[in-house]
Amino acid sequence: MGAQIREYRQRIRSVSATKKITRAMELMAASRVVKAQQAVRESTPYARALTRAVSAVATFSNEDHPLTSEKEDVKQAAVLIIAADRGLAGGYNSNVLKESERLVARLVDEGKEVRAYLVGRRAVNFYTFRRRDFVAEWTGFTEKPTFENAREIGEKIVADITDPDPDSIDEVHVVYTRFVSMVTQEPQVIRLLPLEVVEGEEKPAKEDLLPLYSFEPSAEGVLDALLPKYVNARLFNCLLQAAASELAARQRAMKSATDNAEELIRKYTRLANQARQAEITQEISEIVGGASALAESK
Amino acid sequence: MSTLQVELVAADRKVWEGPANQVSARSIDGDLGILPGHQPILAVLVQGEVRIHHDGTVGTAVIDNGFLSVNKDVVTIVAEDVDASKLGA
Repeated sequence: MGAQIREYRQRIRSVSATKKITRAMELMAASRVVKAQQAVRESTPYARALTRAVSAVATFSNEDHPLTSEKEDVKQAAVLIIAADRGLAGGYNSNVLKESERLVARLVDEGKEVRAYLVGRRAVNFYTFRRRDFVAEWTGFTEKPTFENAREIGEKIVADITDPDPDSIDEVHVVYTRFVSMVTQEPQVIRLLPLEVVEGEEKPAKEDLLPLYSFEPSAEGVLDALLPKYVNARLFNCLLQAAASELAARQRAMKSATDNAEELIRKYTRLANQARQAEITQEISEIVGGASALAESK
Repeated sequence: MSTLQVELVAADRKVWEGPANQVSARSIDGDLGILPGHQPILAVLVQGEVRIHHDGTVGTAVIDNGFLSVNKDVVTIVAEDVDASKLGA
């Protein structure tokens, strides 16, 4: 009997320790997700300025830029998977990876060879565990990506796609998690390259549509300079959204872990109380039984 | 004379916003000065200083390569990195 109570108490102690940890992680994620959302917002002026500039040039120049022209038969497709560095974020990582698997399967069905580019240790683990090859990996910043990170990834991808080698990649897809709201984050696939300019969420309003710009040095020169930046900006936006999604998912996962811990503690407290009460009852009945046995034997 | 409305945008935030009488920056083809009423232009900028003149004071900001667009007296200077520490307010 006593052993049972001790066991329950021990469980309660260990669950409380776990609860402290999950609670701390929840609070940390909650405070960081606000910052991450703000980072997403703060990066929009840049993205908007770039989008407007690129669409302005694109309408004036019929030049076939290697980043915008579609190849007729695409042999190699790159897939950039943006996952997290750490787990403990509910279904966040597995959702992104599942989505990426679907995309890979589709691309293979279309007869394309898939090259993986990975962001986040979880994605890297996923690939190394399955002994699959990947071209490049970037890790260590998924919670708080900087523009520097996006630039690094963008430069590598742009360099690979503009590589004249026929064995190089022809198109680039990105799998990331779009931050819809604190409760909804959707895994999403976009085709980053070749670029389709003038898509996007923010179409410029009619009245400020495309003044007759003059270009310096030339329309082509401007386009050459802008497109890689545009790629970087889009990547940066993907990274920021993924970071916000990761933190929101982690916050939710840790909240439910904390709730579960509380539930468990309640349950074990009840059981421990019951066991203690049972022990007392038994002692009393033993005493009573002993006393009456003594009385009868007189 | 009308004034220019200047926006200085870095990759991760809007750095500065304010009025100006004249903006000068270094483009790929050489220094470029913008006065109110300038025609719409999109220019690629190289690393260097952007000078913003307003009411006799000159503010400077250091940018890495980026671009500048002018449209209806709205000047948008966009660069990945902007150091606007020497730009008042």
